[in-house]
Amino acid sequence: MVDIPESLLRRSAEAKAKALGVPVEQVLAEMKGEGPAVEVPQAPEPSPAPSSPPVERGESPPEAGEGSETPEPVAVEEEAPAAVATAVEDPMAADQGDGVVEGNGAGDAQVAALVSPRPSVPPTGLPEGVRTQRLLTVVKARAIQDVKAEPHDKINTWPHLMLIEFGALLAMTALLVIMAVVIHSPLLDPANFNATPNPSKAPWYFLGLQELLSYFDPQIAGVTVPTIVGLIGFMMIPFIDRNPSTRPSDRKFAILLYSIFIAGSATLTIIGVLFRGKGFNFSYPWKDGIFFEDLADWLDFE
Amino acid sequence: MANGNGRTGLKDRIKETNDKLWNSQVVGAILRPGSPFKQGYSDSPRNRSYVVMNNVLYHLHPVKVKRHAVKLSYTLCLGGLSFFLFIHLTITGIFLMFYYTPTAELAYVDIQALSTDIAFGSLVRNMHRWGAHLMVLSVFLHMSRVFYHGAYKPPREFNWVIGVVLLLLTLLLSFSGYLLPWDQLALWAVTVGTNMAGFVPVIGDQVKFALVAGVQVSAATLLRFYVLHVLAFPFIIVIFMAVHFWRVRKDGGISGPL
Repeated sequence: MVDIPESLLRRSAEAKAKALGVPVEQVLAEMKGEGPAVEVPQAPEPSPAPSSPPVERGESPPEAGEGSETPEPVAVEEEAPAAVATAVEDPMAADQGDGVVEGNGAGDAQVAALVSPRPSVPPTGLPEGVRTQRLLTVVKARAIQDVKAEPHDKINTWPHLMLIEFGALLAMTALLVIMAVVIHSPLLDPANFNATPNPSKAPWYFLGLQELLSYFDPQIAGVTVPTIVGLIGFMMIPFIDRNPSTRPSDRKFAILLYSIFIAGSATLTIIGVLFRGKGFNFSYPWKDGIFFEDLADWLDFE
Repeated sequence: MANGNGRTGLKDRIKETNDKLWNSQVVGAILRPGSPFKQGYSDSPRNRSYVVMNNVLYHLHPVKVKRHAVKLSYTLCLGGLSFFLFIHLTITGIFLMFYYTPTAELAYVDIQALSTDIAFGSLVRNMHRWGAHLMVLSVFLHMSRVFYHGAYKPPREFNWVIGVVLLLLTLLLSFSGYLLPWDQLALWAVTVGTNMAGFVPVIGDQVKFALVAGVQVSAATLLRFYVLHVLAFPFIIVIFMAVHFWRVRKDGGISGPL
């Protein structure tokens, strides 16, 4: 089955030897299949098997405390309850004279039971009716298990996260109600195909593009920038940026690039919204007024 | 239950009715076993888990989140607020649909009536309009926040792509709604916007034709934008949002601290 490290085998043997009152070397030799089976001088008192460690899933018994150098051996009766019996009487282990390491299936085990191997030949010379005992040793999980996942520092979604979300929801609702009461949506004259307003402006989120159109050829400003750079370029970001680090100090170039993009689009949008007047010509909002209807009511409270 | 007089008191009767109600099959069918509404809530780790686990919230949130995830300064709630604004826009939008007819003759008149005649019409219309602008803003800020945190890096690359699609759909939703008041502002803003679509190489004219239902913005465009605005785009964006939220959890929740 499994190769048990020498140190663990020795620890187990020491425990068994202590329980049986025989020399450690003798038990150790027997465990390795070199020596004769250890004769049990007398049947030790049966310990309460049901409360033995392997039964308790993932909970550390007091014996396995941090300070205990030598694990306390726990004697288990042959007719132990099912959970223990399964662990102990693994037929494969018994046949091969190997130890069995029983971990907790859930992977969060604090303890694992190291079962000393069953003697290949049952002890002889015992009076009829005397039951043999075998030993379980409590060892720390970290000694025999490779824990790969580190536990995260986590807190309950309710109430911590959900209260914050609820607060954000209320704040946003309040903002919306106040905005809706104070600022009125624009409604100009009915649509008229024969009267083109001067200037004609797109919604604010497209005004940066419209601004770009006044500098560049439509093929560049109307197509290349929004679809190639804007859409496909943004989707490609995770596949272009192969730098695995998320620390700002490691991604100065990426942050610079994105900041330039934000600053650029914000500048273009602000120019388009505020600094473009009749004929989409440059104008100063403080001199010529604002030519943007969505903003018209913002500065004109009732 | 009887009191000393052998009669049933009002208090007992209320309690009895209450018990009967909460133990009824109907309530039992609505509330999942373990629901705090059913068994009462006292603050314990188990009940804290049940609050999330026993209702639809479990689709959105795990029982536990990383401690740094609840720091307001980390996310600023921008993704959640975008989602909330979408819900808000759906609710106010349904209200507006009751009073709006997407025809060239009636659209403008209906919007006028909303502003003057209908109870809360002006308030709801304003909320819908400003909510839409805020949603564009919050989705964009959410994207910026994700970029600055490097939260698009593996294993979250695909969710970033979904997010870009969601930004595009948000813009399309907002843009298609822009035409519906059918006033001069709406007509000419959409004319400017759809003219840009005409610059697409090779298929530019076809794209524009499909978008405005003709060679230029007309009454047919109004119906087209209306259907896109109230049905097609919301339908598509909900599907992408579902994938987006699902991937947030499957990719290990919110990204780690910097």
